[in-house]
Amino acid sequence: MAALATGGATPSDGATSFQRKVPASSRLAAIAGTRPSVRHGQLLLSSGLPSLDCVLGGGLAVGTLLLIEEDKYGIYSNLLFKYFLAEGIVCGHNLFVASAKEDPADILKELPAPLFDDAHKNQVDEKETAIKSKQESQESMKIAWRYQNLPKVEVSPAASARFGHYYDVSKTVSPELLQSIKWHRFFLPEEMSLHPEIKTCNMTYGYTRLLQSIQRIIYQEGFDGSYPQKKQKNILRIGIQSLGSVLWGDDVCCADNPEDIHSLTKFLYVLRGLLRMSLSACIITVPAHLIQNKAIMERVTNLSDTVVGLESFIGSERETNPLYKDYQGLIHVHQIPRLNSLICDVSGTKDLAFRLKRKLFTIERLHLPPDLSDTVSRSSKQDLAESTKLLSSGCGAMAIGKKHLDF
Amino acid sequence: MFVELNELLNASPERPEQGKLTLLRDTKTDGSFLVHHFLSFYLKAGCKVCFVALLQSFSHYNIIAQKLGVSLTAAKEQGQLVFLEGLKSCFDVLFGEEQHVGQPNPLQFISEDGSNLKTMYEFVRTSLMASGSDSWKCPVLLVDDLSVLLSLGVRPVAVLDFIHYCRVAVCSQLKGNIVVLVHSNDDSEDEENELVVNSLCHQSNLILWAEGLATGFCKDVHGQLKIIQKGSSELKAERNLLRIYQYKIQDKNVTFFARGMSAAVL
Repeated sequence: MAALATGGATPSDGATSFQRKVPASSRLAAIAGTRPSVRHGQLLLSSGLPSLDCVLGGGLAVGTLLLIEEDKYGIYSNLLFKYFLAEGIVCGHNLFVASAKEDPADILKELPAPLFDDAHKNQVDEKETAIKSKQESQESMKIAWRYQNLPKVEVSPAASARFGHYYDVSKTVSPELLQSIKWHRFFLPEEMSLHPEIKTCNMTYGYTRLLQSIQRIIYQEGFDGSYPQKKQKNILRIGIQSLGSVLWGDDVCCADNPEDIHSLTKFLYVLRGLLRMSLSACIITVPAHLIQNKAIMERVTNLSDTVVGLESFIGSERETNPLYKDYQGLIHVHQIPRLNSLICDVSGTKDLAFRLKRKLFTIERLHLPPDLSDTVSRSSKQDLAESTKLLSSGCGAMAIGKKHLDF
Repeated sequence: MFVELNELLNASPERPEQGKLTLLRDTKTDGSFLVHHFLSFYLKAGCKVCFVALLQSFSHYNIIAQKLGVSLTAAKEQGQLVFLEGLKSCFDVLFGEEQHVGQPNPLQFISEDGSNLKTMYEFVRTSLMASGSDSWKCPVLLVDDLSVLLSLGVRPVAVLDFIHYCRVAVCSQLKGNIVVLVHSNDDSEDEENELVVNSLCHQSNLILWAEGLATGFCKDVHGQLKIIQKGSSELKAERNLLRIYQYKIQDKNVTFFARGMSAAVL
């Protein structure tokens, strides 16, 4: 118990043999794609990226909100958004996709394909060749002869029972897989044309409609427990793209003194209320770099549960910096919620960077190599000092000035 | 409640103080452990508590309170705890039908323009008013947290008015206590929030300020707590008493120690 309670990742290959004996969670653990947390007994969902799950302390808790602060061109935040939705497809959850700029059907068509199909096929082929080779080489084990009669390890056929999957970004998800799940859509231009005038409740029209739409789906599909006779519970994964951007009708991103600075925060508050009362989880991407009024981002951070900021190197001078040549950007985990507990599973590493290869988006500890060049130049030392200043941001605190790091 | 914090504050559940405004403040870290401490402290002391919980759900507070030795459901049933859960009813307040029958909803301000918090004040006053059959000790108002009100569209002046009215009703008339949590930041750009926080700092008798360490994240020391006790008499111009401790949060307890004396170092 102590070893697992120190947080961090448990291996994501199959259910762990240790199951906490809590009646509530053992009842709820029957929902596909979830597992109970060791720390606080909440159900955890995978965010679609096993390495992000590790950073977030095992996964995203059901009923919470994951806020992604977009990088400058929105490339990687869009990718995280898609991973979240793709994970929902693989686990059989229901999806709710809301966007103001892209049609949700197009978003779903471009989701990355899960990798287990190929891996499973390869493993099945391997198994066949292994059986053939085993029959041929019966007396091959001379040293490990005790293991000769043991059966070969079975390849787990139900790979989708795993927690956290890998996706191939270069391929899109197959239409059959898409049709197998139930999903709901919210496309703002469509809603505007359908219901032009409705009571706004002091909030931007787009947000009002979105809240009503989400609440209607939660109520109708029974995610808030309003149909107790439905035995098969499922999770609703909500994805909202680029909230706060101009396309939603909100001017927080383009004006220093926006007309209505409370729309976005009110929306987040009410949304969190809806999430807490239902079996759902939500991912929101916010173009934080466009919001001039930093007070709003502070309030937004306080109102969200998990906040992750992405900073990509595209276009900045770090792109050509040899220190960062293996990575595409940095990840800042600004906030992790403390749910049902005084403490949370904060990982000790605060310096995280991500890299994207075709099949793998990994988040790794940023490892500044030692400066081994003969002539240590001024500019690289400056850059190191700058990056250490930026990187040591734990408890949310930044090293104030250089006085604590000067030695 | 955390035994060590009680010793530091020289407080005990047997004889809770009366008529005090305590400000809980956090900077760059999460100060909600202080809210849990005061909630379980006053419930164990036998006070009637009105808890305005705007940030988290009831089950969250309940589970943590059970670890600290009180049951919120039992307290609610006995009438010792009046719990206002913001997250549960905010959607209905915004989109529900207009209700003219009975008491107005305390969260009415969400759908209004945020110029006053009258309905919430009325709710607090009626729930803490001593009724004949009660045998509880002094009433306590606990708010988690005040900065959320600003995000919901309430003007800072309205928040300060609300605290003022509550102080008159709860602290002077009913001889009770008020504990509020606010977030703040040294380099924050949220001027409204800083206005509220500064004003409350001047009004409060006791300030507990939880800060993240200036040098960054540490596994063994989660932050530092500044305890500022205002001089008891303003006429004599007594100085404020300032003490700084560092703390580490564990599953069921928080340990406090002098700076540099963390168990990991010794």
